[in-house]
Amino acid sequence: MRFLTRRLGFYLLTAWAAVTLNFLIPRMMPGDPVDLLVARLKGNVDPAAIEAMKRAFGISDAGLWTQYVDYLGNLFRGELGRSITFFPTEVSTVVADSLPWTIGLVGVATLISYVVGTSLGVLMAWKRGTWLDGVLPAATFLHAVPYFWVALVLVFVFGSTLQWFPGSRAYGLEVTPGFTWEFVASVGYHATLPAVTIVLASMADRILGMRNVMVTTLGEDYVVMAEAKGLTSRRVMWAYAARNAILPNITSFALSLGFVVGGSVLTEIVFSYPGIGSMLLKGVENEDFPLMQGIFLVISLAVLVANLLADLAYVILDPRTRQ
Amino acid sequence: MKIRIGIGILVFFTLMALVGPLLLPADPAATSDAGLQGPSAEHWLGTTQTGQDVLTQIVHGSRVSMGVGVLSAVIATVFAIAVGLVGGYFGGAVDEVLSVLTNIFLVLPALPLIIVLAGYLPQRGVASVAVVIAVTGWAWGARVLRAQTLSVRRRDFVEAARAAGEGPFRVVFFEIMPVLLPVIATSFLATVVGAILAEAGLSFLGLADLSTVSWGSMLYFAQNGQALLIGAWWWFVPPGLCIALIGTGLALVNFGLDEIANPRLRTIRQPRRPKLATAIPEEARS
Repeated sequence: MRFLTRRLGFYLLTAWAAVTLNFLIPRMMPGDPVDLLVARLKGNVDPAAIEAMKRAFGISDAGLWTQYVDYLGNLFRGELGRSITFFPTEVSTVVADSLPWTIGLVGVATLISYVVGTSLGVLMAWKRGTWLDGVLPAATFLHAVPYFWVALVLVFVFGSTLQWFPGSRAYGLEVTPGFTWEFVASVGYHATLPAVTIVLASMADRILGMRNVMVTTLGEDYVVMAEAKGLTSRRVMWAYAARNAILPNITSFALSLGFVVGGSVLTEIVFSYPGIGSMLLKGVENEDFPLMQGIFLVISLAVLVANLLADLAYVILDPRTRQ
Repeated sequence: MKIRIGIGILVFFTLMALVGPLLLPADPAATSDAGLQGPSAEHWLGTTQTGQDVLTQIVHGSRVSMGVGVLSAVIATVFAIAVGLVGGYFGGAVDEVLSVLTNIFLVLPALPLIIVLAGYLPQRGVASVAVVIAVTGWAWGARVLRAQTLSVRRRDFVEAARAAGEGPFRVVFFEIMPVLLPVIATSFLATVVGAILAEAGLSFLGLADLSTVSWGSMLYFAQNGQALLIGAWWWFVPPGLCIALIGTGLALVNFGLDEIANPRLRTIRQPRRPKLATAIPEEARS
């Protein structure tokens, strides 16, 4: 329990740091974002809009501390300001519209990647010296490949050349969103290539990580003991070795989540997938600072929650942390 | 073997960045009438939509991509050394604060943070992009170095230096740091790859300096120039391949070093793993 309380404290602190970072970055950077924007629009902004933008940023002549308190107050009420790109839509609405797409895509892809990658790692450690060793160089290569490049190659091969899968958008133009079979099928069909991208690019870390820990675990006395007792090798492999080797893998997985999320931001952009990554790029391209900040905050908090869940899983799987 | 292949790859790309532009002095941005040609004797890797030679771009781009990678890894490593060594050596409240800071930056998603920071940059030059990437790239190194410092700080030579009256900063940077040089080197190399990937991602999004040719900006122009639809694979396959190969080279070096430290991880062995074989220590078996 102490382990969990400590972690919870840490995540609260990190959430506070992300919030504060979000507050400080625009104020530390040279130039006032609103002035920048107005300059970009060559003055074609009516004063009311400028005032609205300043309000959205919480920029005022008040002291930094007052601004900070106002900013925190707004956050607690769930107010992230208004988006400039989609004016007058609230940033929270833009986030609410795009977040489900990302969570669905990244969630499913990460789950697949974790299950397949971990199992492959276990098998490869178990069957060292067989043809499975041939997966190692491939995994090493995939481990270093940029997500968006995998996405480009997949779009090129399966999208434009073979035309097996659509290379952009989240569902077909011909279907109307709703809980119909056509719509769901279209969403799944359109999500195939982006999901494969994320799985391919993130799986290698799991394979390599799991294999290395598993190989070390296989040398432990309790594994040897289990073998000596004459248990089936399947049982030894999964119930004895893999169950223990998976623990460090969960922690490293949680830490690499930020990387997966970053990679999926790039993936969404290649596929013009209407998730939060595409919105982030739109925000940056249009100097839509409230949108940028809101999305960064939401992504950070989502990664923190995912890390917390991984910690929970750790506690469930490792009785030692429960003492 | 792994180390040798890895070092070979790294040497190849280093030479490409250092000597390559001298061998192919043509301006990588120079356009010509020969647009979108596949690989040929004249253009080994074909041309872009505006008739730029892809090979020339790859070679010149290696300087920018690897340059930003190395520059930002240097900044990040200096920061990682400062935070990791100071925290590990002094312990107590100093360590507590620095550890929390490190862990926060470890958990926050790096790329979104880089994108947001780049969004606020008034000018996206090579140096400012390198700094932005370094801001998010130091935490892992700091954590590794802190752990190593903890294991070194009670050793005899450190105690001796302290007993001889050396100041804490002298002990940290002149007694402990030299011992950690191999660890620093490994973490530096890993940071270089991370930074090359980050720079590529940022350029691909059009958020770095698009007036200089880098592997990332090549991919940006390839995607915007419809290279995928036209079928101009020679335009976008080489830059990504270069990034992935550098990463592979580096990973091979790292794995090779790991295997020297932990012989069990090696792959070359008897074809079938006999039952109970793992009970016999590796050294005793040979």
